[in-house]
Amino acid sequence: MTNHYNDFRNADVILNMGSNVAENHPVSFKWIQAAKDKGAIFIHVDPRFTRTSTKADIFVRLRSGTDIAFLGGMIKYILDNNLYDEFYVKNYTNASFIVNPKYGFDDGLFSGYDPTKRAYDASTWALEKDEQGVPKREMSLQDPRCVFQILKRHYSRYTFQKVSEITGTPMADLEKVYKAYGTTGAPDKAGTVLYAMGWTQHTVGVQNIRAMSIIQSLLGNMGIAGGGVNALRGESNVQGSTDAGLLFHIWPGYLPNPQAQLATLADYNKTTPASKDPRSINWWKNRPKYVASFLKTMFGDKATKENEFGYAWMPKLDTGQDASWLNLFDEMYKGSFTGFFAWGMNPACSSANAGKARQALTKLDWMVNVNVFDNETGSFWKGPGMDPKKIKTEVFQLPCAAFLEKEGSISNSGRWMQWRYKAANPPGVAKPDGDIIHELFKKVRALYEKGKGPFSEPILNLKWDYETNGHFDIHKVAKEINGYDLTTGKLLPNFVPLKDDGTTSCGNWLYSGSYTEAGNMAARRKKTDPTGLGLYPEWSWCWPLNRRIIYNRASVDLDGNPRDPMRPLLKWDGAEKKWIGDVPDNAVPPMGTTGAYPFIMKPDGVASILGPGLKDGPFPEHYEPLECPIEKNLISSQRINPVIKVFEGGLDTFLTCDPRFPFVCSTYRVTEHWQTGVLTRWLPWLIEAEPQIFCEMSLELGKLREIKNGDRVIVASPRGKVEAVAIVTSRLKPFNIAGQAVHQVGLPWHFGWLHPKDGGESANLLTPTIGDPNTMIPESKAFMVNVSKLAKRPAKKPAKS
Amino acid sequence: MSMKITRRTFLKISGATAAGTVMGGLGFDLSPAEVYAQELRIKGAKATTTICCYCSVGCGIIVHTDANGKVINAEGDPDHPINEGALCPKGGSSFQIAVNPNRLQKVLYRAPSSAAWKEVSWEWALNKIAANIKKSRDKSFIEKNAKGQIVNRTNGIASVGSAALDNEECWLYQKFLRALGLVYIEHQARI
Repeated sequence: MTNHYNDFRNADVILNMGSNVAENHPVSFKWIQAAKDKGAIFIHVDPRFTRTSTKADIFVRLRSGTDIAFLGGMIKYILDNNLYDEFYVKNYTNASFIVNPKYGFDDGLFSGYDPTKRAYDASTWALEKDEQGVPKREMSLQDPRCVFQILKRHYSRYTFQKVSEITGTPMADLEKVYKAYGTTGAPDKAGTVLYAMGWTQHTVGVQNIRAMSIIQSLLGNMGIAGGGVNALRGESNVQGSTDAGLLFHIWPGYLPNPQAQLATLADYNKTTPASKDPRSINWWKNRPKYVASFLKTMFGDKATKENEFGYAWMPKLDTGQDASWLNLFDEMYKGSFTGFFAWGMNPACSSANAGKARQALTKLDWMVNVNVFDNETGSFWKGPGMDPKKIKTEVFQLPCAAFLEKEGSISNSGRWMQWRYKAANPPGVAKPDGDIIHELFKKVRALYEKGKGPFSEPILNLKWDYETNGHFDIHKVAKEINGYDLTTGKLLPNFVPLKDDGTTSCGNWLYSGSYTEAGNMAARRKKTDPTGLGLYPEWSWCWPLNRRIIYNRASVDLDGNPRDPMRPLLKWDGAEKKWIGDVPDNAVPPMGTTGAYPFIMKPDGVASILGPGLKDGPFPEHYEPLECPIEKNLISSQRINPVIKVFEGGLDTFLTCDPRFPFVCSTYRVTEHWQTGVLTRWLPWLIEAEPQIFCEMSLELGKLREIKNGDRVIVASPRGKVEAVAIVTSRLKPFNIAGQAVHQVGLPWHFGWLHPKDGGESANLLTPTIGDPNTMIPESKAFMVNVSKLAKRPAKKPAKS
Repeated sequence: MSMKITRRTFLKISGATAAGTVMGGLGFDLSPAEVYAQELRIKGAKATTTICCYCSVGCGIIVHTDANGKVINAEGDPDHPINEGALCPKGGSSFQIAVNPNRLQKVLYRAPSSAAWKEVSWEWALNKIAANIKKSRDKSFIEKNAKGQIVNRTNGIASVGSAALDNEECWLYQKFLRALGLVYIEHQARI
């Protein structure tokens, strides 16, 4: 999130799209309600009427997988009706920047496409620069090659009629949403968007969010109270685990994981983002300091200037290698791994095409499964269709402490890092995950100290000093993440003093400032609110630098005065020469004096309306999901995203417009369960409230398939099938897609064979192995299924005595 | 952290937040008499603050433990600025995570081709896992890739996890995995 949960209350218009906030982030609805109580308009756009919709001032439906068409229409409406914030667009976005003359777009393809590689050469999307290397601008926004005019041309195709044909949303409904949200282009109005997996789990996931980012930039809604682009993330610490670099492509703090062509640290540092624009702060120019300080936390005294701080000891990816989830399980299925950790995860139910993931587990020599409860991954060898005798995988199931049985911090979606205290001991011999990692590493190191092994330096040289009085001490890790001045041994106040010469250490630069000489900032509980905007600067701590709303200098005019006098997030005090309000997104003076652009993490310093850095184009364009109900994309000849990687063969099958799988399907969540259900299915109160898997469908579809409410049905996709209870309801309705009726169904994915016995299976047995080309997040929100009534089970014969 | 909530502030806060509880039922929609009864139940108990383990809203929870250290209650933290005492059905049930006979309490091992778990000690399990790690790593470690570039990585081990860990544990886990040479490091954020 750019903003945070309490900030929802500051919005005039709230758009919830690609999420069901009332059911999946229930308590946050308190702050939507607070906004509504003050007169805010709440809009819900979703294929399905949910409890969120019941609270919406405007609810409209769209067919799953058509968000870009919907939002593209909104971009056109904002431009056609001059609803954009002209000052903001000219000063704080790249709308005025000039694009390479070779840029082009034709019939669904951007310039530079190579069909044999299914990839783009993005060089023709680049911004033009002058002799000094500064991007060229044309402030009247009239130049046909400027971003603004190209944007206008691109979305001129997204007419009401075209959008309505694609999305199935009636034109009047489209206009209602566009009009209401368009009002937030006024400088004293704030509009915010709340999204979740309904936007990310598509083959156009990143571009869904890009489309909304363009809208927020046009309306001047970024960097302001009550605005922003706000991901409602699914797990209590998925923000923190991402920040910590538990992904193949990033080290902690979003430092790119090095690839093979970057043989030395000097090579790596040559890729540091650069800008020649004196008005652009380009914060990432500091990256070499963060990398050196991170390596110092990895290898301590063994990391020296001479050995490039141990850079050579860190594993490198091949150039362009994608080691993300879907590829990981594809490799496992092919037998590439002998060992596997499923730590606090249940991929046997959470993987797309879970049937393939379960088979992949049989190819391992050993697996370590760490969890609070038994789960379908740890016990896969006794699951449906498995013959334990034939499965050679050795499995270790390690019991760990639950959240309230250990100390440590987690980061919520609003980037608040909050400290947890230990309330009780874990049951039996269960231990906190940190203790398990600590003890396991000591064992591994001892083996390498005793016996030889290839390239043991990173293991033997790893800095590992986390004990106090013989016990693992989580505070020592927290301090290492914050970082030290190694010349004084003092904790750093924040990341500003970090250096690239080995005299500072910092585990994650974004978290520097969280545990200082003044104490554990995440544990703070003071509820002062000096701005009156609910920033609570002394409650917990927020990355970066305790800044509660990022890019907040975009909320002021060129003299540093708040553009929205009712919600002053920042104000420049000319006499004192300082900012008052939130922690400024860089403390430079106002732009009208000697200041700099507000979007400091972008090399050009401004919000990207044209985004040349993605694999599938500089503007979002509508493509159909891999599996879709119509033969032809109604807006171009490219049916699917032209650069997605299609997995073929084995257990990966896909069918589109196949009469055997005629209905669009989404997986989703319910309030009473969480993820694969490992932490909810074992809780009696929750399993009583939501005991089993169900499939929601419209009254019309029920009639068509002679399915009544409460009937048992089979939901089948080309990958698998699950049995479910039918909920035949007016919450879903068929869509009119260019004159054709398209039915959509949905089912929750919280269940699994292990427990409860009659709860049903994982809905991920149905979902396809296909991901967004930029993130490889699977397309679980739009795929094709069939639904058929299950013949009644024969009554059980009485057991023979 | 131990804390104290007086009956007066408790009543004030619970009254103010009942309307804001989306799901109702499990929150603070209690009559004053019930609130008083609730207070008796936790009288003398130790209160510890924590943050909910489910979605990413980050609601504050107070956990009450009795003199023996047993969890006897878990409820929304009325002082927390996000949830102001309210919890959804999941957070409101988090007591049952602590007090639950189905919790994993033993270290379990399943041998190749076996049809059953066997209880083992931490020492035995960690020694065997460490030996497995070394074997897999040593067998699959490559210093150079097919192009002859230095990569220094372990191709034969993969990891998924975890957003269920605390920040410090996540950081420590990536440190451990990268020291072993893993590049197949993934977790919930990708799915």
